[in-house]
Amino acid sequence: MINELLFMNGYAVYVMSAFGFTLLSFLGLYMITKLQFVKEQSKFVAKFGSLNPEKANSAKTQRINKEILANATNN
Amino acid sequence: MFKLLEPNKIFQITSKAPGYVLFLFVVVLTVGLTEALILSPEDYKQSDAVRIMYVHVPSAWISLGIFSSITLLSVSGFIFKNKNLFLIAKSLAPSGFVFNIIALVTGSIWGKPTWGTWWAWDARITSMLILALFFALYLIAWRIYEKEEKVFKITTFITIIGIINVPITKYSVEWWNTLHQPASINILSKSSIHSSMLFPLLIMTAAFALFSLLIFLMKYNTELIKIKNKGLDRL
Repeated sequence: MINELLFMNGYAVYVMSAFGFTLLSFLGLYMITKLQFVKEQSKFVAKFGSLNPEKANSAKTQRINKEILANATNN
Repeated sequence: MFKLLEPNKIFQITSKAPGYVLFLFVVVLTVGLTEALILSPEDYKQSDAVRIMYVHVPSAWISLGIFSSITLLSVSGFIFKNKNLFLIAKSLAPSGFVFNIIALVTGSIWGKPTWGTWWAWDARITSMLILALFFALYLIAWRIYEKEEKVFKITTFITIIGIINVPITKYSVEWWNTLHQPASINILSKSSIHSSMLFPLLIMTAAFALFSLLIFLMKYNTELIKIKNKGLDRL
């Protein structure tokens, strides 16, 4: 069965390159998207940290800001 | 209805969802790959080369579906003056573009053993290439233009022109003589594909749909944080 899978009646090179290209594209897109997300999240945490306490408290009243900070500390 | 789509309300869900979607994607993809590469039968004519169908066809379906969704969202965003719809459309585009490229590349790889050529200016392939160009234009427009009003107008215009190409892609195999075979799967009538091949195809489609959902969620969250970053600058 392993031989069949590896040879595929002579079509293995085509089949495996098509599947390989697909999976590599998935991995590439996932990594790029993840990096962009982490970069923006870190920027948000840094900016939030530089706010004075009054502004930080005001920003914290928004639920979404609290969520971003909570997620950043969980990651 | 649009109030339900407010970023502040849905971020709580979208920020937690990627982990679960990733897990589900890995599970469904594993089942799909086992079905596609090992358990499904070979074709009587194309032999094992037919297995390329399990990555090529779902990619083409999803890229066409995503472009149609982007158009619908952009036009709705424009009519109802809802920025969030544009944000959803923008977040869908990267996975749509990548699926379009996958469909073109895997189609080219499939073409060599079945048609004897890597590329032909056949109606279906050419219209898929045009779709990739529209995806690229759409993504470039978001990078080039910074003013919201302008980028909303331009991206909506690109999608409206681009959507004309979607039915052309879909019906190209019926309207013209092409190297592509007519559709084997029909929603309204009986499909000509055997269930032993249809099942892996549907599993792989589900896996690819989950992947595009995962990328959409991650991209959407990134866009929301970008907006919040701008908001902190204004404080």
